[in-house]
Amino acid sequence: MLKRKDLLGTQDLSRDEILEILDTAESFQEVSTRPIKKVPTLRGKTIINLFFEASTRTRTSFEIAGKRLSADVVNISASTSSLSKGETLIDTARTLDAMAADCVVIRHSAAGAPHTLSRLTKASIINGGDGAHEHPTQALLDAYIIRQRKGRLNDLKIAVIGDIAHSRVARSNVHLLTKFGTQVWLCSAPTLMPPGIEKIVCDHGEFLHVTHAMDEAVAQADVIMMLRVQFERMNESFFPSIREYFRYYGLTRERAEYAKSDVIIMHPGPINRGVEIATDVADGPYSVILDQVSAGVAVRMAVLFLLLGG
Amino acid sequence: MDLVVRNGRLVDPARKIDTVANIVIRGGKIQSIGVGAGSALPSNIPVFDATGLIVAPGFFDIHVHLREPGTEEAETIATGGSAAVAGGFTAVAAMPNTKPPNDNPSITYYIISEARRSSPARVFPIGAITKEQKGETLAEIGEMFEAGIVGISDDGKPVMDAQLFRRALEYARMFDMPVIQHCEDLHLSKDGVMHEGIYSTRLGLKGIPGAAEETMVSRDLILAEITGSKYHVAHLSTRRSLENLRKAKSRDLRVTAEVTPHHFALTDSAVADYDTNAKMNPPLRSADDVAAIVEGISDGTIDAIASDHAPHHINLKMLEFDRAPFGITGMETAVGLALTKLQLSITRLIELFSINPQKIMKVAPWGLFEGSDADLTVLDLNRTWTFDVNQSRSRSRNSPFHGWPMKGKAVGTIVGGKLVFQDRA
Repeated sequence: MLKRKDLLGTQDLSRDEILEILDTAESFQEVSTRPIKKVPTLRGKTIINLFFEASTRTRTSFEIAGKRLSADVVNISASTSSLSKGETLIDTARTLDAMAADCVVIRHSAAGAPHTLSRLTKASIINGGDGAHEHPTQALLDAYIIRQRKGRLNDLKIAVIGDIAHSRVARSNVHLLTKFGTQVWLCSAPTLMPPGIEKIVCDHGEFLHVTHAMDEAVAQADVIMMLRVQFERMNESFFPSIREYFRYYGLTRERAEYAKSDVIIMHPGPINRGVEIATDVADGPYSVILDQVSAGVAVRMAVLFLLLGG
Repeated sequence: MDLVVRNGRLVDPARKIDTVANIVIRGGKIQSIGVGAGSALPSNIPVFDATGLIVAPGFFDIHVHLREPGTEEAETIATGGSAAVAGGFTAVAAMPNTKPPNDNPSITYYIISEARRSSPARVFPIGAITKEQKGETLAEIGEMFEAGIVGISDDGKPVMDAQLFRRALEYARMFDMPVIQHCEDLHLSKDGVMHEGIYSTRLGLKGIPGAAEETMVSRDLILAEITGSKYHVAHLSTRRSLENLRKAKSRDLRVTAEVTPHHFALTDSAVADYDTNAKMNPPLRSADDVAAIVEGISDGTIDAIASDHAPHHINLKMLEFDRAPFGITGMETAVGLALTKLQLSITRLIELFSINPQKIMKVAPWGLFEGSDADLTVLDLNRTWTFDVNQSRSRSRNSPFHGWPMKGKAVGTIVGGKLVFQDRA
């Protein structure tokens, strides 16, 4: 069991906590292969998915995870609740707390929204993605896949390429992976590289590298993690055209050749084919994109169980 | 009003006074200053015993938002004035971003008359530079001057159009009023909510780079030079702005600058828990910027400390960090923070809080001289205290300094000979 109320980010997770989540996820992976995909572990618990931003895979993944553990799962999206009537986040949170929810999974466009919520609720808060801050369960499922495929989380070269500036996935991965002493290379155009990114890790900064040259990031990489270009968060000019972006930061088969021969190619989804990743790479033999999705359910089961179980 | 302030240490750097003496106040003016304990005191008027305390010319906070008219749920001229005197300020200069803004003489008259009616502190209005603070055409600066404004500013909304700002500088010269700029290039700061740096990147919040301020300070200093007008930088917050100002001052331009207490007392690390009371504009800067500001205060590059008191109703500050408004209250903590956080001589402190603010705004001077308005601030340098925001006289509660221990406090505030605030141990 995790000795914490909330999961707000990977920044403050310890290595032991991360390993506990991954080990638990391994044991839950099997549940999803049974004919009856359900265990009674969280029977009687109420989980609320509070999504202020569009999401398919994360929301569905949490919903399936909760249901496979026999919890009652309620979905609230911004368009169907009183949120559209101008209720504040804080009042929404208090209302849900008054209904004795055990856990609220929140996704919000404002960084820090889960933190605000956690101060006001008795329910456990799980950050399902807040602005450009963190998306901890994504980083945990990425770590799950990396450990499964590479047998370890240390001593690897992992290239994270794309729209770093707007990416909560990048930040959560950086915090998580550097804790295990693996080399993380962040790569994007300087316009999409937020200032000070090389210093955001408190204790293991020596494992973090920054480059705008994709070939340098990819060279001898064990893992290539591509990030989506988040056009919906861009209201200024970061690069001239998609064509030119793809020229410098699109993952093509030729570029992937620079990596190790057993490289795995990851993407948190949804993918923009032809923007950050070529179709033949996304669908090719090195791609583990769909494995990430199925691992997501097991990892979220583990997180829910470790926060709410017992 | 009549009052005797007895046996205080009188310090007025503008008159080169630093002595223990009594002040006799008659009819709201200083009638006499008696050096030495033996001076005869009238027996029929109230006495304020200032033994062991500093008595200074009244402190003047040249950057406050009183929110009236228009946003009285956050502050009024009465509550803001009350908070001012509780912080040791006998006078404040009120920024024009009210609703409607102070961009014409009728609003100026309203603020002045309401202040006379309800505020224990004197209130000097600042007029808008442009109509509705839209940055398009000049407001009626002359008519507002006749009505009583002491400077012009579109505070909160920088004048982005360089030609228009040049015209404002030129026009203000007719009245010898300062043109006060909130320096922020709106393209560089677009959508930003905190200082751009390691913390904004870690927190996933959009940054406001120091360059947003610095580029406008540089531009304005050039315009101030070619126009020869009085130019004042509001809430200067970065090292590079400071260095540019220092260079301009070495060329004898008529330029001045203020800093706020939060820009020397806090860094951007204070945002770490998404505390909306650490959200203000300009944002809390890096530790290096803070070091430069502290240095600039000591070496005289910075002319004044002003609070940028910006009350907001709690309903707005309870929102997500991205959505909460910029600004914190500050009049009641400014003097305590300066005394606690800065190692300044008492004369330098009084220059920053009283002498220079009076000069910048070119108000009829007050001080420790016979015939002056009896506006005095009494300080206890040894008083230890803790700021409790729930005891604040402001109508708002948006302060990051709740629970802060401080050493040094304004314990008496006298306006026009009237003891409008005292806090005796």
